[in-house]
Amino acid sequence: MSKDIRIPRGSKLNLDGEANKILVELPRPKTFVLKPDDFFNITPKLIVKEGEPVKKGSPLFFSKQNPRIHFVSPVSGEVSAIIRGAKRKILQVLITADESDEAISYDVPDFESLDAETIKEIILKSGSWPFIKQRPYNIIAQPEDTPKSIFISTYSTAPLDVDYEFLLKNNKRDFQRGISVLKKLTSGNVNLTFDESFKGFFGGVKDAELIGVSGKHPAGNAGVQIHRIDPINYGDRVWVIEPEDVVNIGILFSTGQFSSQRTIAVVGSSVAKPQYYKTTIGAALKPYLEASGITHEEEVRVINGDVLSGTTSSEEGYTGYYNNLVSVIPEGNLYRMFGWLPFVDNHIPSISKTSLSWLFGSKKAKVTTNLNGEERALVVTGEMEKVFPMNIFPMQLVKACIAEDIERMEALGIYEVVPEDFGLIDYASTSKIEAQDIIKKGIALMIKEVG
Amino acid sequence: MSFLRNKIDQIKKPFAKGEKWAKFAPAVNAFDTFMFVPNHTTQKGAHIRDAVDLKRTMVTVIIALIPALIYGIYNTGYQYYIQTGEVFTFLDAFIHGSYKIVPMIIVSYVVGLTIEFIFAIYRGHEVNEGYLVTGLLIPMIMPVDIPLWMVGISTAFAVLIAKEAFGGTGMNILNPALTARAFAFFAYPTYMSGNKVWVSEASNVDAISGETILGSLAAGNDVSYSMMEMFNGSIPGSIAETSALWVGVGALILIFTGVGSWRIMIGGILGAALMGFLFNLWGANALMSFPWMNHLVVGGFAFGIVFMATDPVSAAQTNRGKWIYGILVGIFCILIRVFNPAYPEGVMLAILLMNVFAPTIDHYVVESNISKRKKRWSSAQLKTA
Repeated sequence: MSKDIRIPRGSKLNLDGEANKILVELPRPKTFVLKPDDFFNITPKLIVKEGEPVKKGSPLFFSKQNPRIHFVSPVSGEVSAIIRGAKRKILQVLITADESDEAISYDVPDFESLDAETIKEIILKSGSWPFIKQRPYNIIAQPEDTPKSIFISTYSTAPLDVDYEFLLKNNKRDFQRGISVLKKLTSGNVNLTFDESFKGFFGGVKDAELIGVSGKHPAGNAGVQIHRIDPINYGDRVWVIEPEDVVNIGILFSTGQFSSQRTIAVVGSSVAKPQYYKTTIGAALKPYLEASGITHEEEVRVINGDVLSGTTSSEEGYTGYYNNLVSVIPEGNLYRMFGWLPFVDNHIPSISKTSLSWLFGSKKAKVTTNLNGEERALVVTGEMEKVFPMNIFPMQLVKACIAEDIERMEALGIYEVVPEDFGLIDYASTSKIEAQDIIKKGIALMIKEVG
Repeated sequence: MSFLRNKIDQIKKPFAKGEKWAKFAPAVNAFDTFMFVPNHTTQKGAHIRDAVDLKRTMVTVIIALIPALIYGIYNTGYQYYIQTGEVFTFLDAFIHGSYKIVPMIIVSYVVGLTIEFIFAIYRGHEVNEGYLVTGLLIPMIMPVDIPLWMVGISTAFAVLIAKEAFGGTGMNILNPALTARAFAFFAYPTYMSGNKVWVSEASNVDAISGETILGSLAAGNDVSYSMMEMFNGSIPGSIAETSALWVGVGALILIFTGVGSWRIMIGGILGAALMGFLFNLWGANALMSFPWMNHLVVGGFAFGIVFMATDPVSAAQTNRGKWIYGILVGIFCILIRVFNPAYPEGVMLAILLMNVFAPTIDHYVVESNISKRKKRWSSAQLKTA
């Protein structure tokens, strides 16, 4: 019996600026940053001081919620600054890299002979634990848990998303090792999902349940796949890991060193040469943006992640902890005369048929960050369901989150969703509802009240 | 364009935050955003947004209403001239209709938008575009000879009591346009029913008798119109409700653009056809034996099911709920037509009734989803225990 799944509904946004399959390696940038805000619901407790030398793998801070979880330096060098915001909140730990590239090494025996607890201990100690995220809530996993399954999605459907087959082509053995390590941590399966029409080397991976997926965005989201394959019940824990972080864990178990490899694709209509770069977590983005030929004809927005659910960065910003994608699109801070009339300005892509943009479906659209309207009361119904392929009522769940009705949020399926699943709902909303933000606040409330 | 833009920015200055007239900003913004889509960019959530917004959605509904409105204006003149026996051209009929109907539209918009602007300023939110549709719907479903002050009072009642009292756009339980009609119907029944109100000048000119088809059926008289006339709409009735043909064109626009729910429309037609068919079998009086196909094209049924029942705020909100809601509107419409002796048109009351029950329908649809999820949880617990 084929385990392949087809996700109905959703929408594919055909945008301009997809990355060419060229992998470029640039000289390593000088500065690196670790941002506690990259980790949802973590309160950092600093271990290092400004001016302290660090090696690759030296802990910089740990999580107050669980002191076993360390966040380590991606490179060797010196802690050059700790940037704080309001109420002394730690925003960035800045590291100036040196040439030595010294790393902390651990003695890692052959993982085949290790039990789950020892493997967890090695991952924790090396600082690789933050790679493992947990559903519900999309927070860093608790080392004390045993997940009922682990999901790795290499099926990318988000706008301009990377091609994992290309991205991991030099890391096939480490990827396999990572999968085999993870297999020891779960009581169930390691589910590896991939594009059903092109399996690539993922089709030959061992120790994992191989599941082909087809469908439009958000079919590539792990949350949507979990909902179909192994839905989360009350109290369940499912772990989710990004494909390249599986490689990082694989490298850890072959070299004994923390691996902070990150391949990024700089994409979007505001770069002349969208392509892939081999770099490191937290690296300064500037050299990569320049190498991609960022256009300065208009103001641009640099986004860590895809245009639907990424976080805003800047040209002076840094690579995020998890994202492989860096999207650069023009800011749309311009007025459009009578732009609200139906069937005008058809160059702006629209899921709704009140625009003729569907006639130009094959043409790659240039999008801007314009809101294309103003926030209004929730009037139109049924549009969220069109782009939300789960057996959950999205509008009712959003309303329950606004009302902070915990019991109802639970009943309507808050455990099964994460904000990124609502990315297309944000996009498609007639009333310009900020669904991702509402869901994120709802999840934070659940963590606080229910845990 | 930039000249105009600069001019507007200059005018808006005293209305900016912290300035003297800041309180009245929503009113000025409403005019500004009518000219220009604002330069706002995304601040959180998705970085890119669809081109659709509420203005665009509402204007699409207005476009869908225009065929029925134009035919309604023409038919007003047509009914008048055909009854008085004068020779007339299309233009004559259209001018007579416009002379009657344009003032009603103006009154409805002026009264309704004034209240909307006052509430927007008072509550400090932007003016919602929903009234653009409501304001056009209200005159379209009134009898042609209703005095303008009644249009005004009905509009004020609908906007104040049916909409703003519940919290404004998106919060109302009843469809505001139908509430306006229901108010007029109960407050001024002599202007809203009988055989002297449905044709222009019928109460002043003796030669004109303007009875609707449903009215004559209820009175036990024969119907002198063919099914084709009923479908085309050359019959007496409320201004824009008569032509199933042009309402159907509007329905196609709504369904194609995805603005109106096809589930509600098809559900409604199925429900009405079923009920009409059952009564045909029974056939105890003239209204019961009125062929079920004709039920679908006379009176306000087509207009109601296409433009009023599909109002997303007051209709059911879940997809399954929309089917149930639509079918029940259809069933109740024919039920009321047949059993209500005082007033033979059932669609208004059927939709208002189902507006009230729409949240209940949704409740059960959502509850079934919840109980499925809970069942899955408990079966998972059994497995692990």
